[in-house]
Amino acid sequence: MSQRSDSAQPRQLPGSLNTNRRLDRWLKIDRDGTVTVFPGKVEIGQGILTALAQIAAEELDVALERIRLAPAATSYSPDEGVTSGSRSIQEGGMALRQAAAEARDLLLQRAAARLDVSLEQLTVADGQVTARSGGSVTYWELTSDDLLARDATGDVAPKPLAQHAVIGTSVPRRDIPAKVTGAPSYVHDLDLPDMLHGRIVRPPSPGAQLTALDEAQVREIPGVVAVVRDGSFLGVIAEREEQAIRALNRCQRIAQWRETAALPEPDPRYLLRADANSEVISEKSGDAERATTTLEAEYARPFVAHASLGPSCAVARFSDGRYTVWTHSQSIYPLRHDMSKVLGVAQEHIVITHVEGAGCYGHNGADDVALDAALLARGVPGRPVRVQWMREDEFGWEPFGSAMVVRMSAQLDGEGRIANWTHDLWSHGHSTRPAGKDGVNLLGAWYLERPVAAATPGNPALPAGGSHRNAIPLYDFPNQRITNHLVLKAPLRTSALRSLGGHVNVFAIESFMDELAATARADPVEFRLRHLKDARARAVIEAVAAKAGWRRGEKGDGARGRGIGFARYKNLGCYVAVIADVEMGREIAVRRAWAAVDAGLAINPDGVINQIEGGMIQSVSWTLKERVQYDRERVVSRNWEDYPILTFEEAPEVEVVLINRPDQPPLGTGEGAQGPTAAAVANAIYNAMGVRLRDMPFTRDRVLAALA
Amino acid sequence: MAITLIINGAEHGVTAETETPLLYVLRNELKLKGTRFGCGRGQCGACTVLVDGKAVQSCDFPVSAAAGKSITTIEGIATDGRLHPLQQAFIAEQAAQCGYCVSGIIMAAKALLDAKPRASECEIRAALKGNLCRCGTHHRILRAIRRAAEEMNR
Ligand code: FES
Ligand code: FES
Repeated sequence: MSQRSDSAQPRQLPGSLNTNRRLDRWLKIDRDGTVTVFPGKVEIGQGILTALAQIAAEELDVALERIRLAPAATSYSPDEGVTSGSRSIQEGGMALRQAAAEARDLLLQRAAARLDVSLEQLTVADGQVTARSGGSVTYWELTSDDLLARDATGDVAPKPLAQHAVIGTSVPRRDIPAKVTGAPSYVHDLDLPDMLHGRIVRPPSPGAQLTALDEAQVREIPGVVAVVRDGSFLGVIAEREEQAIRALNRCQRIAQWRETAALPEPDPRYLLRADANSEVISEKSGDAERATTTLEAEYARPFVAHASLGPSCAVARFSDGRYTVWTHSQSIYPLRHDMSKVLGVAQEHIVITHVEGAGCYGHNGADDVALDAALLARGVPGRPVRVQWMREDEFGWEPFGSAMVVRMSAQLDGEGRIANWTHDLWSHGHSTRPAGKDGVNLLGAWYLERPVAAATPGNPALPAGGSHRNAIPLYDFPNQRITNHLVLKAPLRTSALRSLGGHVNVFAIESFMDELAATARADPVEFRLRHLKDARARAVIEAVAAKAGWRRGEKGDGARGRGIGFARYKNLGCYVAVIADVEMGREIAVRRAWAAVDAGLAINPDGVINQIEGGMIQSVSWTLKERVQYDRERVVSRNWEDYPILTFEEAPEVEVVLINRPDQPPLGTGEGAQGPTAAAVANAIYNAMGVRLRDMPFTRDRVLAALA
Repeated sequence: MAITLIINGAEHGVTAETETPLLYVLRNELKLKGTRFGCGRGQCGACTVLVDGKAVQSCDFPVSAAAGKSITTIEGIATDGRLHPLQQAFIAEQAAQCGYCVSGIIMAAKALLDAKPRASECEIRAALKGNLCRCGTHHRILRAIRRAAEEMNR
């Protein structure tokens, strides 16, 4: 039997339009002179909604003020999977661009018929279509309910670059005025009539079982409406928030648990001894000059927390067998999928609406707390329940960025070029988001009387990768072998943290490049360029060196120094090079840092710069200070004192050079700075003091130990 | 018990247990949602308000202690429909990513600039000792505060 592929396959459309082909899924032209856009991607503090509004305004030729953005909801939004991986512009933005271009075309066809002229006669300004002969009509007059009730065709070309007036300009973020005036902005701020407050009583350690609880002692607290217990899942509901917290505290005092956790030693090198699936992910052998020098090094990072400033929060209501949920999840459809399995109702009976949360930097407790809220709401039908995790819950139960160990080895030839390169990495999986291969990735589900098991942890596939993200170097080496050792069984829950394995792999690659440059007696910038053909990669390195005033072969003075780090995020996203200046005082301080970034076409240049600045500062924090602490049973980092992050007194001055390439497709920038910054800091410390730190975080103790 | 609070210049009667943190009374009884919960332990500053002009962490401040004092929240610093110079400067500098930390930081900065209009960079940073920002917006936030200070000193 033969198959004709041309007719069987519908035409490939840009981004998420390919899987959500109806135009009215994406936008609506309203008679009142506005345009409503329905993004499936969500705002997580990265400014995506402003960028999407710019794209729609540009393609439709309407003023930016006319664009409204509907919150993402499973009742009407396109299913765009997860808002992650710096893919929102590529997937959601490019889909919207095409949909808006087609909507404009449909409107112009109607205008041409109405004005009885040919399409070429028409021009559009802010939704007003004018014929050369004089007649005019507006979108708002031309629109109708069925205008966009059709599939995209892919036949209309978006606007050529030269005509861009809104894309490529730094229009101000639309959400900032509300945030600086204190207007309700987050799911935390939802306040529905009759709303109750819930708290979850989490076990003392992973897997612990609830063995005894005298519920009467909890119910007697004023304001307590219900104690919800299902196996070892325990929650309290009260009229007032402070009453719910009081009930939580009492439960924590009187509940008895059987603990079984066996956590590893704090040094991430326990990974080297664990069972792993090992896979060679890149192998190359070619001609090389005879190697003369061999170098080896081992790098590591402990577990790192997302540590959102606002703890995870959700509101849920259960009535007539249906759930309504408000959440800051990054993945409303996958969340609904997993929730339906746990709650035992059809997906159509769960409506999930996105409301912004505090910045999440990957997969934190957002999805878990949505299930928590639904499980509590089930206990009080008809009344909405707002559940907010306590700070201690957030640190204790969010999925962490995995601990990792990387072993590098390389050989230099007599000319100071790398002849051979091997990179072995050990890590747990970096993706346990909802809707995994099997099981359910929602914390509460694992503790129910009839528990639903967790999905098998894993990694996003290459080329983007998970633990192996950015493990394959962009440099041109004649011989290389990269091996990923994935340790499936994780003692602590792990999932996506901004840049996934990229932070550690780039830290290792770029630190090792510096070690090799020192061995070859080469300048670090020159040594990198020596091994790099990619013109855009070279350009960011050269641009940041120029901006920072990099001087060839410059040595630090014993206390101060500078270093560089570079990567192309995921080897297919934005290019970022970072230079950091450090100073050794009581602790290591990063005083200044510069970045050069090439993200192709920048929809909103200031938005790109804001994300890179934030990424650099956050990466400085991870790299200098952060480590989740645990003992043999429990996570003991439970608040900001146990888990210090960078403060205002320690934050560096940062500066970003944006290399705009309007002729290239836009590339996300949310995660591009994490790895290069870590390496730049390590290399700057070496430059300053001649000591090489290979274990994050770079605390004072580590420096002193290295100096000894 | 019944407590009278003076918030943003207006009197409000509320009922709450004496030890209830002011934060929950502001957010849930008075529906002033701009003051935010971050840690509940006085470590992050998301809940900062002014009590008699001083920056105070409202998660750690019993409502009974606030009785009769003048309390200012982020909702109360604009005057006659004009945003406070700090609010204007945060918009002008686009000094937010998620923005969750921002209202607490603006309140801490206001307490500083009211007391010390010509605060140095070091003093500004020190005044934000009790405020965390997880998004790494520090650099822009500092720039916005410097900008507001200049504006206020004009
Ligand atoms: S919530 Fe009050 S200091 Fe963190
Ligand atoms: S902007 Fe997100 S915590 Fe400061």
